[in-house]
Amino acid sequence: MNLESPSQQLWKRFCKNKVGVWALVIIIFLTLIAAATLLLSWLGLPWPMNPNTTDLSQKLLPPSQLHWLGTDHLGRDVFSRMLHGAPISLTVGFTTVLVSLSIGVVIGSIAGYCGGKVDQCLMRLVDAFLCFPTFFLILTAVALLGPSLINIVVVIGLVSWTETARLVRGEFLTLREAEYVHAATILGQDSLKIITRHILPNAAAVILITAVLGIPEAILAEAGLSFLGFGVQPPQATWGNIIADGKTYLLEAWWLILFPGFAIFITALAFYLVGDSLREAGEKK
Amino acid sequence: MLSFILRRLGLSIILLFLISFISFFIITLTPGSPYPWGEMNPKISPEVKAAFRKKFHLDLPLYQQYEMMLHDLFTGELRSMKDDLPVMKKITDRLPATLALNIMAILFSLSFGTLLGLYGALYRGNWKDMSLSFLSFLFIALPGFWISYLLVLTLVKYVGIPILGTQSYGIEFPNHLTLWLDRLWHLMLPAIVLSLAGIATQSRYLRSSMIETLRENYILTARAKGLSPTVVLYQHALRNSLRPLITGIGMLLPSLISGSVIIETIFAYPGMGQLGYQAVLERDYPILITLNMIVATMVLLGNLFSDLLYALVDPRVRLE
Repeated sequence: MNLESPSQQLWKRFCKNKVGVWALVIIIFLTLIAAATLLLSWLGLPWPMNPNTTDLSQKLLPPSQLHWLGTDHLGRDVFSRMLHGAPISLTVGFTTVLVSLSIGVVIGSIAGYCGGKVDQCLMRLVDAFLCFPTFFLILTAVALLGPSLINIVVVIGLVSWTETARLVRGEFLTLREAEYVHAATILGQDSLKIITRHILPNAAAVILITAVLGIPEAILAEAGLSFLGFGVQPPQATWGNIIADGKTYLLEAWWLILFPGFAIFITALAFYLVGDSLREAGEKK
Repeated sequence: MLSFILRRLGLSIILLFLISFISFFIITLTPGSPYPWGEMNPKISPEVKAAFRKKFHLDLPLYQQYEMMLHDLFTGELRSMKDDLPVMKKITDRLPATLALNIMAILFSLSFGTLLGLYGALYRGNWKDMSLSFLSFLFIALPGFWISYLLVLTLVKYVGIPILGTQSYGIEFPNHLTLWLDRLWHLMLPAIVLSLAGIATQSRYLRSSMIETLRENYILTARAKGLSPTVVLYQHALRNSLRPLITGIGMLLPSLISGSVIIETIFAYPGMGQLGYQAVLERDYPILITLNMIVATMVLLGNLFSDLLYALVDPRVRLE
């Protein structure tokens, strides 16, 4: 007899995949670094250097012992700027997913639970969103609203809920035929309670997986926006805007492009690998 | 069949209206002015401003603006707010370059994606499959602008090969063949970068669809009657798992257009992505809306086309 809860089973199966576990370790490590950087700068001890101190005599220096990853066109330390960019990327990733999940779960639940005409209408709305070139839409909206952390998070969240909605709907369509749901309906529970108490907890795995896979999408979208000049604005350092500032000096200062881009890449990759590993663990054998 | 096509076209028209509605309101309801000279410029007299507002119907209530926009869109009278050129002309000027880039990227995504997915399914669970699926996540996670810059940096600085624009400048081409080869070369890098994510998603889809097909009884039958593994693989299994390849054609387009905004800017490639980016910078509403509509139409037609194609290659599918 198996006495483990579904989440324990999921975790156990997740741990069997070495790649996923290592990716999770990378994410935890990055989160700790981001938290430590925030804490240190809040205490007034920016480490290793203040990311915004400019020194034109030190501009565009290649990586050295003093400046591990070199300096940019204003003589700012790239390593410090990258450390301070980490919390931004992670915040964008996590909060955007919160926005898109809340929309996607609500719409997906309603469509899947009600079925019929309601389902048809909501799914056509999803179809309409899928026809948009997403990044272009995000760029337009952020450019028009003005680039700020809140706007970026809300806009990316508002256009990226469709995948969640579709998956949650699919899950609801099967779950609403389950016997315990019929039982709850016969006992006269109202729809809201059935959705939140009986169906949603059983769709948790699917929601978790789409959430994890949504994080790197948001991080990459923010990096792209930053790169085009519509991300979180300077002087706040983000991985995208270090590259955007550095692109003018492309031929002289490769370190301004290579390192921040690598950070974006590794972070996105780690989230994708964790998400994929979770998806595999969640698949019913 | 015909009724299916008609019904889908009808649905597409409703969807297009919905899309025009969404893009119009996103673009017009956000704060900021469309004036090419800036909102508060004191040198512009109120009369000029009023004339501009009248010309682009900005003095009308929103629902009438939307009506006028739809009218102008379908009659082709929509003009750029920036330089007063007809929007259709600005877009059709860029169409050949965009089509070349996107078709190339779709070809890359489908061919390499199929290949990688096929091998992943064949060597399922083995280290080859693991490294292939790792590779596909690598492709998805690569920020397009980063890899483009690294390519530009290494090729231009360290190897000295021209790659920006649509063709090399300052060179006399002895004949048409060399000119077209040069253009093809300039198309290659942006197309490869653009297709990376597509290759990855295609290979993931094909891999899982292939794995499912390989479990079917008819594959077992085919093997049991002693057909060669190649015949079983290509004629029985692959043909039955082609769905992602076909649906991919329609699904790839929006992400390609999104990606091309950044890639075309970096490679100085004069396509619709670049036009869109400039329109965003200049708040050129008519161009933005038309671009959204054109992409949406392409996606809807692509989806319809892939559904029809799917019914054509798979007799189990009935269009109803």
